[in-house]
Amino acid sequence: MPKDSGIGASPKRREDLRFLTGAGKYTDDINIHGQTYVHFLRADVAHATINSIDTSAAATMPGVVHIFTGADFEAVGGIPCGWQITDRFGEPMQEPRHPVIAHGTIRHVGEIVAAVVGESLEQARDAAEAIVLDLTEKPAVVDMKAAAADGSTKVHDDLTSNICYDWGFVEENRDAVDQAIKDAAHVTTLELVNNRLVANPMEPRVAVGEYSRSDDMHTLHTTSQNPHVIRLLMGAFVLGIPEHKLRVVAPDVGGGFGTKIFHYAEEAFCTFAAKAVNRPVKWTSTRSEAFMSDAHGRDHVTKIELAMDADNNFTAVRTETYANMGAYLSTFASSVPTWLHGTLMAGNYKTPLIYVNVKAMFTNTVPVDAYRGAGRPEATFQLERVIDKAARERGVDPIALRRQNFVTEFPYATPVAVEYDTGDYEATMAKLEEIADIGGFATRRAESEAKGKLRGLGVNCYIEACGIAPSNLVGQLGARAGLYDAATVRVNATGSISVMVGAHSHGQGHETSFPQVISEMIGIPEDQIDIVHGDTSKIPFGMGTYGSRSLAVCGSAMVRAAEKVINKAKKIAAHLLEASDADIELKDGQFSVAGTDKSVAWGDVTLAAYVPHNYPLEDIEPGLEETAFYDPANFTYPAGAYACEVEVDPDTGKVTIERFSAADDFGNVINPMIVSGQVHGGIAQGVGQALLENCAYDEDGQLISASYMDYAMPRADDLPFYTVDHSCQTPCTHNPLGVKGCGEAGAIGSPPSVVNAVVDALQSGGKNVTHIDMPLTPSRVWDAMNNA
Amino acid sequence: MASVSMTVNGREVSGDVEGRMLLSSFLRDDLRLTGTHVGCDTSQCGACVVHVNGEAVKACTMFAVEADGAEVATIEGEANADGSLSVIQQAFQDHHGLQCGFCTSGMVMSAAALLKENPKPSETEVREYLEGNICRCTGYHNIVKAIMAASGQDVAAIAAE
Repeated sequence: MPKDSGIGASPKRREDLRFLTGAGKYTDDINIHGQTYVHFLRADVAHATINSIDTSAAATMPGVVHIFTGADFEAVGGIPCGWQITDRFGEPMQEPRHPVIAHGTIRHVGEIVAAVVGESLEQARDAAEAIVLDLTEKPAVVDMKAAAADGSTKVHDDLTSNICYDWGFVEENRDAVDQAIKDAAHVTTLELVNNRLVANPMEPRVAVGEYSRSDDMHTLHTTSQNPHVIRLLMGAFVLGIPEHKLRVVAPDVGGGFGTKIFHYAEEAFCTFAAKAVNRPVKWTSTRSEAFMSDAHGRDHVTKIELAMDADNNFTAVRTETYANMGAYLSTFASSVPTWLHGTLMAGNYKTPLIYVNVKAMFTNTVPVDAYRGAGRPEATFQLERVIDKAARERGVDPIALRRQNFVTEFPYATPVAVEYDTGDYEATMAKLEEIADIGGFATRRAESEAKGKLRGLGVNCYIEACGIAPSNLVGQLGARAGLYDAATVRVNATGSISVMVGAHSHGQGHETSFPQVISEMIGIPEDQIDIVHGDTSKIPFGMGTYGSRSLAVCGSAMVRAAEKVINKAKKIAAHLLEASDADIELKDGQFSVAGTDKSVAWGDVTLAAYVPHNYPLEDIEPGLEETAFYDPANFTYPAGAYACEVEVDPDTGKVTIERFSAADDFGNVINPMIVSGQVHGGIAQGVGQALLENCAYDEDGQLISASYMDYAMPRADDLPFYTVDHSCQTPCTHNPLGVKGCGEAGAIGSPPSVVNAVVDALQSGGKNVTHIDMPLTPSRVWDAMNNA
Repeated sequence: MASVSMTVNGREVSGDVEGRMLLSSFLRDDLRLTGTHVGCDTSQCGACVVHVNGEAVKACTMFAVEADGAEVATIEGEANADGSLSVIQQAFQDHHGLQCGFCTSGMVMSAAALLKENPKPSETEVREYLEGNICRCTGYHNIVKAIMAASGQDVAAIAAE
């Protein structure tokens, strides 16, 4: 019998009521009396020297309040990068200044060149058209390998080259890996592209800056996944505003997928300009602006080699990756191809020797940073593609080859510096074989062939690392922030509870799932518990939501705070019941004395805490509110196995997804309905990457996929119903809920199975195709078939 | 500036607008009906779908002056008269057909238009009808399920969790 409340239940989401009735409050729904509107004049060339900017005609246009250029921001800091990488020679990465508004040089299409603040958006936009730019265009650097060549045009003249860093991991293993590859019975090599993507949350970014002269208080309303991170970065590094004079509010946010983690120039601009013009300043991104100003994702070019012994045991993995940083370092850009990618290269397998080399390159393109999965999809794609290719080369079953090499004993220390605490990869593979009906594939293939279609089956495993931590370790690795989270459990006098959390919900349903945990712990109904998030003036200092961390990190903080509350409440109950605190039990909202029929209700205890007439004031303070900060001991390691079945039309190269199955191990699950929804969405993004999506630049650095006319988002008729399962559960061993995180798994686990399936289909049709780079559009598939 | 008058969710409204003002801006900025969302500028995403004279229309694709004299329905008018969720809204909640909520207004308005013209759509018909509505969160699984459930079909037999 499924539960109807608490941990493991699937109550309907409470936030849906406002979203379904148009009553959500997103940042663009905020309008402040007297507000002005900013229109950004953005670069339409990729690389140029700015000789002059003539704003004189524009300044006289109707409704213009003020025009800003790069010169106005010379005295403020640049947009900071939050992670310093040390290269394989022991040197720090090259870190160029990232101005709020371009000053002297334009380095990518879409960079802000000037900002017009007007009484209306239309007036600001009209005036921007009257700004005269005198530019000298320079050659653009777009291709990463060309950017690495001697003599290449430099994106930043003050850097020694376009190489941000050349990172080796684990550098000490380099020679041993080289030797193992020389000695191997068989080496499978694959060169591949992890295509550049744009996250595309449906809500474009918005920023509204406000300034109050009466108390010198700045407020920024913004579409952010982590308001405290924005407050810290913008206040301390860019604008020099003390934190107690800066409030950052992220209300309802319409999806993030990573791209709303980062601190952006537009946020700093609106905050700065609101004080300068002494009126609120609002910016609402258009979708076209989003394509050229939201940080992009992925964009790796990789060569991977997998070495095996004569019995097909993996003996070594060696990779060389070029990772695009774009023109500047976005907030966490430098960590994605390194610590979020290299550490995952063991996958689910007990390969003893691994060496990962990453060359991060500056190019004249939009900055690239974390997008759903962030480094882990890139790691998974390489590994699971090369394993499939190896199976074909060795003539063995790809599932059997994986099984043979699975890690089976935990904890398992990988050769890439992380320790998997728990897992059962055989269990998720067996579950996948069941839910995907892999035994029935041959019959389905025959049916497809009877219709003149090719059918392929692709399988892959994945492992990911969530809730990146602990802070003292990531500090050693170059992180410039802590990675704990925080929660305050505030019990009200009548027993209802407000929980202030550092995590931020932008689709994940925290307002529903977090109360399930508190309800389970205390035994009061979920509707007595509310979650407060997204406002630095209301919540404790937490790091927000990304990297599938909310429940594992912030949820753990919430549990710790609730435990403190319960411990204090037991003391109060003991006083009321004239018993010892050690004998007090809490169940179903009642405190009772063990072994007796004496009890007192939760609400009576909470009332006593705030009306302490009969209360042990000499021992404990009145009130019932506790805060906890939680810094995890390790990552969590969700893992699973995915299967995709495709049909390929041999005449057109069109691929259709016929079946998609996912067997995940997320540890304990709080709300199965929400978890399934997260997996569904992740799969759609992964299938989108594999079949449809591609962020494309031409050789001059023009972004040629800058609208939904050109960038192919997955639509409802591109996708099937999915079969997902999360019944295989090996609970995380080091957090109090035993949870692992589910937000990114679908996007990490799905692209390899799609490509594996298409290759399988083409092979079944007698085509010797071993790889096609994503996205597998009809033209690419058709080309591969006809040139094989 | 031009004067426009229209009926929005059964209420007579009017205003003075620039010729270039979109219906979506008139609804959001002048009437403060912020449930209609704008997710793109090329009429692709469908977050702004409303009904104009009973037809599903992308409000970012129509000038406010073009809606002069029209009957307009937005997400704010979709709930039942007593404030309870409509059958479609309730199905979206029951089947977890939304996550961040941003595309949801347009999805519900498109679903209402679909079920009006096709009361028992097949899975394929639902998916094809939603070509003009992009969701980035749900992978569409639960949206398609919700719409089929709202049409009275037994979705437990069609799709797993």
